[in-house]
Amino acid sequence: MAGQEALLPLDIKGVHKSYGPHEVLKGISLRAKRGDVISLIGSSGSGKSTFLRCINFLEIPDSGSFVINGETIRLKPGRDGRAHPADMRQIERVRAGLGMVFQNFNLWPHMTVLENVIEAPVHVQKRSRAEAVEQAEALLAKVGLYEKRHAYPAFMSGGQQQRASIARALCVDPAVMLFDEPTSALDPELVGEVLKVIRDLAEEGRTMLLVTHEMRFARDVSSHVMFLHKGQVEEEGPPEQIFGVPSSARVRDFTGALAA
Amino acid sequence: MSGLMEKLALLALTPPGWGGVLLEGALATLAISAGAYAAGFGIGLAGALGKLSGQRPLVAALDVYTTAVRAIPELILIVGLYYAGTDSLNRLLAMFGLEPVEVNGFLAAVLVLGIVQGAYMTEVLRGAILAIPVGQIEAAKAMGMPPLLRLRRVVFPALMPNALPGLANLWLNVTKDSALIAVVGYQELALATRIAAGNTKQYFLFFLAASFIYLAITLMSNQVFRLMDRRYRRGLPQSA
Repeated sequence: MAGQEALLPLDIKGVHKSYGPHEVLKGISLRAKRGDVISLIGSSGSGKSTFLRCINFLEIPDSGSFVINGETIRLKPGRDGRAHPADMRQIERVRAGLGMVFQNFNLWPHMTVLENVIEAPVHVQKRSRAEAVEQAEALLAKVGLYEKRHAYPAFMSGGQQQRASIARALCVDPAVMLFDEPTSALDPELVGEVLKVIRDLAEEGRTMLLVTHEMRFARDVSSHVMFLHKGQVEEEGPPEQIFGVPSSARVRDFTGALAA
Repeated sequence: MSGLMEKLALLALTPPGWGGVLLEGALATLAISAGAYAAGFGIGLAGALGKLSGQRPLVAALDVYTTAVRAIPELILIVGLYYAGTDSLNRLLAMFGLEPVEVNGFLAAVLVLGIVQGAYMTEVLRGAILAIPVGQIEAAKAMGMPPLLRLRRVVFPALMPNALPGLANLWLNVTKDSALIAVVGYQELALATRIAAGNTKQYFLFFLAASFIYLAITLMSNQVFRLMDRRYRRGLPQSA
């Protein structure tokens, strides 16, 4: 199946990123096949969120090679010796194929939930409004927010806002969903409703990258787990390995609470 | 009693009353203010985005602009820009062998006041943009929105609630600053009032009438800004 090989949703190699003298990513690589659910775990400051944000260039990596949905991102060296996107249009095009869900939801407060969801389909993808609304309403029904579609985000709970932001990310029909600690800003009693939506997406066979501190959840939904430590992959493998018999003592300490 | 009636008759809209002159002046004031405000908003938005761009030469140039304009008294700026502007325009025309022109007073007023407004707008809008939670802009980027679309669909609606109080101040300022345009001979409300008062020697009557017109402009403006505030704050909780 050479065709499928060429269509790896994500093929990323050797990502480096520094903030001043502090090197937060020291050469991280990741390959995602279609349907993969890859969890990035590790302690705070391990670089997992930064790595995720490098994939859609919200952070500009210093170096690395990026093939996203079969498209090789063109980078050029800048005056500071770091890589810069050579063509922002290409970045915008690639971003539109990646659905991003943020820790703090980041819904646009001046739009209703429905308006948030159809914004990119109508204005970026230039699809017809009627068609976008139809898809948006179906997605909102799926995340349990159909009744709330005309509400403004500020009047909804964190869990509802995060489910709305998942619908917003899905409505561009992304090849890959990127979740950046989607439940970390939620009250404990609201975490479950969001995890359920993400679990449903995993079971549908969506390709997803998930930065999370929810270990049990990562173990249950992932096809592959990467443990990051100080900007490097400490260990990676199937969840049975990372959460069961990790070879790294550090991983064992980190996930140990689960085994007990 | 008949004395009062006689005085009020001077405010009649048609001669020998001076009411029509005053109202025309008021309309001129509104037109100059609206024009200058629109020009200032354009300059201010461009200036704010320029200052936030981080391009050093651009930022330095904009700093010179906003500092100079806000440091120099407006009366001096208006007289200076008006005469210097007219003079350099005519020199330029002379260089191409063209006849000197009389600069349209209205356009000059709009341009000069617009440049002044633009300096203040730059700072109001810069602050308003900085107050937008960065995540809202990141979300727009992550959805693949190009810069101009982001500006129109996300940044602009998000900056307006932050900017409106400052923008309302600037509008009320420009309606009164337009009175300074009288020094270059353009007849707006203040100059019309002086002419009417001088001709009739009824200074108190006409300046009181003009004050009421300025007050009416302010009250109407407040209504408009209240409506705009309601529109741009839709979706935001009351207390915020």
